[in-house]
Amino acid sequence: MTVLQVENLGKQFQMHHLGQSLHAFDSINFTLAQGEFLLLRGPNGVGKSTLLRTLYRSYLPQEGHIWYHTTEGRIDLARAADVDIALLRRREIGFVTQFLIARPRVAAEDIVAEPLRLAGIPAAEATAQARLWLAEFGVKRDLWRAYPTTFSGGEQQKVNLARALILPQRLLLLDEPTASLDAGARAALVRRLADLKAQGVAMIGVFHHPGDVAHLIDRDIELTAKEVTEDVAV
Amino acid sequence: MNAMLPPQLMTTPPLLTMTGLCRRYGRVTALDDVSAMVYPGEVLGIVGESGSGKSTLLRMMNLEDTPDSGDYRLALPDLPGNLFDLDRFARRMLCATRIGIVYQNPHQGLLMKHTSSGNVAERLLIAGERSFAALRARGRVALEASEFPLDRMDARPIELSGGMQQRVQLAKAIALEPALLLLDEPTTGLDVSVQALVLDTLKRLQRDRAITMVIVSHDLGVLRTMADRVMVMRHGRVVEQGLADQVFQDPQHEYTQSLVHAKL
Amino acid sequence: MTIAALTKAWQPMSYGFLDPSAKRELRRKMLKAIAVPGCQMPYASREVPMARGWGTGGLQVTLTLLKPQSVVKVIDQGADDSVNAASIRSFLSKVSGAAETWDTLAATIIQSRHRIPEERLRADQVLVLQVPNPEPLRPVEPNMSIARQMHADADYGRLWLILYEQMVRAGRIMEGAAYPALVNGRHVMTPSPIPRWDVPKLHMAQHLTFLSAGREKRLYAVPPFTRVEPLVFSDVPYQVEDHGGLTCHRSGVTGYFMNEIPQDVGSVFELSDSHLGIKAIRLSQAEGGVEGAADQIGPTWYENGVMP
Repeated sequence: MTVLQVENLGKQFQMHHLGQSLHAFDSINFTLAQGEFLLLRGPNGVGKSTLLRTLYRSYLPQEGHIWYHTTEGRIDLARAADVDIALLRRREIGFVTQFLIARPRVAAEDIVAEPLRLAGIPAAEATAQARLWLAEFGVKRDLWRAYPTTFSGGEQQKVNLARALILPQRLLLLDEPTASLDAGARAALVRRLADLKAQGVAMIGVFHHPGDVAHLIDRDIELTAKEVTEDVAV
Repeated sequence: MNAMLPPQLMTTPPLLTMTGLCRRYGRVTALDDVSAMVYPGEVLGIVGESGSGKSTLLRMMNLEDTPDSGDYRLALPDLPGNLFDLDRFARRMLCATRIGIVYQNPHQGLLMKHTSSGNVAERLLIAGERSFAALRARGRVALEASEFPLDRMDARPIELSGGMQQRVQLAKAIALEPALLLLDEPTTGLDVSVQALVLDTLKRLQRDRAITMVIVSHDLGVLRTMADRVMVMRHGRVVEQGLADQVFQDPQHEYTQSLVHAKL
Repeated sequence: MTIAALTKAWQPMSYGFLDPSAKRELRRKMLKAIAVPGCQMPYASREVPMARGWGTGGLQVTLTLLKPQSVVKVIDQGADDSVNAASIRSFLSKVSGAAETWDTLAATIIQSRHRIPEERLRADQVLVLQVPNPEPLRPVEPNMSIARQMHADADYGRLWLILYEQMVRAGRIMEGAAYPALVNGRHVMTPSPIPRWDVPKLHMAQHLTFLSAGREKRLYAVPPFTRVEPLVFSDVPYQVEDHGGLTCHRSGVTGYFMNEIPQDVGSVFELSDSHLGIKAIRLSQAEGGVEGAADQIGPTWYENGVMP
């Protein structure tokens, strides 16, 4: 079943203070089905992260459509109302970045457990699950009740990943999730991604070292400086 | 650019709907055809420089002022019609029981010479609570929720620090579990560290109780941590609105871009 | 027909001291006050031969009510014989021809400062209380126009707040005299500085009560059979002064509001309602065979120190 259908997507940044617009990408076309894993390839600065953020609607696209298929029909993420986007982000679309927005005075396990609690799982059970995932990603037990604001980059990233991946979403956008991870955590991440893929989660990812996830990749698209080439089956 | 579509997936109606608000003070136009919607459980941020009309809009939401024209509805039981048509008495009861507000200046929101717990109790008294034990207990719950140290609950706000005063205001605002919580520059004028703590309290409250909030601030950092959606105001108009991360990462309007670029 | 024939003959003074227009205004305000129990009515307080603050408000109401058949009693802190009470009483009688009395049962109009008599007032009697500060909201809202708006909105949260803070600070309600009370379920009034002991006497009473403040130019009323409920928390009962068990050292009467008279060691108590004490002494003398000492004590509000 199709999850995402991107048609002729284009993005420029209007820089009012420069009086000009910066071209990010245009004419992006691809389709993503349930359980598929799509790799975005291309040199630095070609707009891979920008594309991911546009799909997540952190950036507003200027042209084209992002058809997201729900059980009740399809919705164009490029133009959907903000509240609909917020709703989808809460329930169906996940975004994993290498940057954690750590909130002060919230314990690591509470940060990880939050999506579960928002989904209505009782606090005790949510915390128990959160601890399992923190352990899986190799966060030391004595840090679970600590505040991640003071953690090292690598530890913060593990908390971040545990939180982002604890609930199976329908669509997962991965923006270099393996950066700054040690080998153990990276292995745990790949295991979790494989697991999610098996559960039918569709994924689009940007990876520094795609080799880690090579066995998961179904297709890839290459972004070039001007426009995208057609997607190529691996 | 593409025009935005109406909500498709969100089936719950908005809690707050304001349409076509205009307000002039003499020759100054404070609000020029402003509309806003807030959905249940959502945090709406309103940003803009002084004189942009953001505080006027918040005062309208608290029914402290009436616009020259415009419509204001809250999706609450027994509240049909335009709230600006309510008389003073009905407005006062509505504000006391269903809307909580935290002002930038604690002097505006608190009785400085009464005890902190008394400030919270007054709200409950207006709503008809007549049991002393219940007033004490409910006051304690509200103060605790706003992370106010309970051993100081009977101190007068005038003896407290700025951050503590804001917590008393917050406790007072949430004591009756309002449907809508309005925050007018709640952390402006506080030390940066205190600011972070107050924001954290708000965040925690929002998470635990899913209170619908409208927060007005000229501080982008405050809205970045707090808001789900952001409205940018200038000269009494809404120049841009969108998801918080989108407005801050990919601002569309020239004015918003200059605001975002000016942020340290 | 001459102008002189149409004109009333010159008199040194109007009947009842106040000129007719002043009385007419007061009567209108008094009727209004009865119509909205507990609501303060502003009136043009006139000059009377007494300093403001000495009961001029009560005096003007009494002067308006007087007629030659009236019988007046004036109480000052429960006593009929204080200088102030005596001079007001003789003034009232002099300008109206009304009879003077000390006896609550005999009086038709009772002007009082700080007390309500212990004997039950009847439907044919009027009580006039002198009030120094008519505004119960003054301690919480110094701005009088805002206070009036608060009355209009029945916005009494801050009044309750004062009671709340007394409970917090002292563990009990400290309000002594002038305990705020809700009249007819709508307006909060300050029942002049009568002790807490006297406030329940106003509740569903047979008589009409006027409360008038001459300096503040406000009067309000408690009509007969009107609810007067002191502001109390549901879990902190209203308490009157702990006088039910005290005995008057002069009359031997027990169960009424007493004045405390400090002694070198401890204190003794005497009845605050002085004429009740006099009647009690006369009664016991009559029982002891003293001639001409008989008197009658009417039914009282408190019985054996408690309000039934």
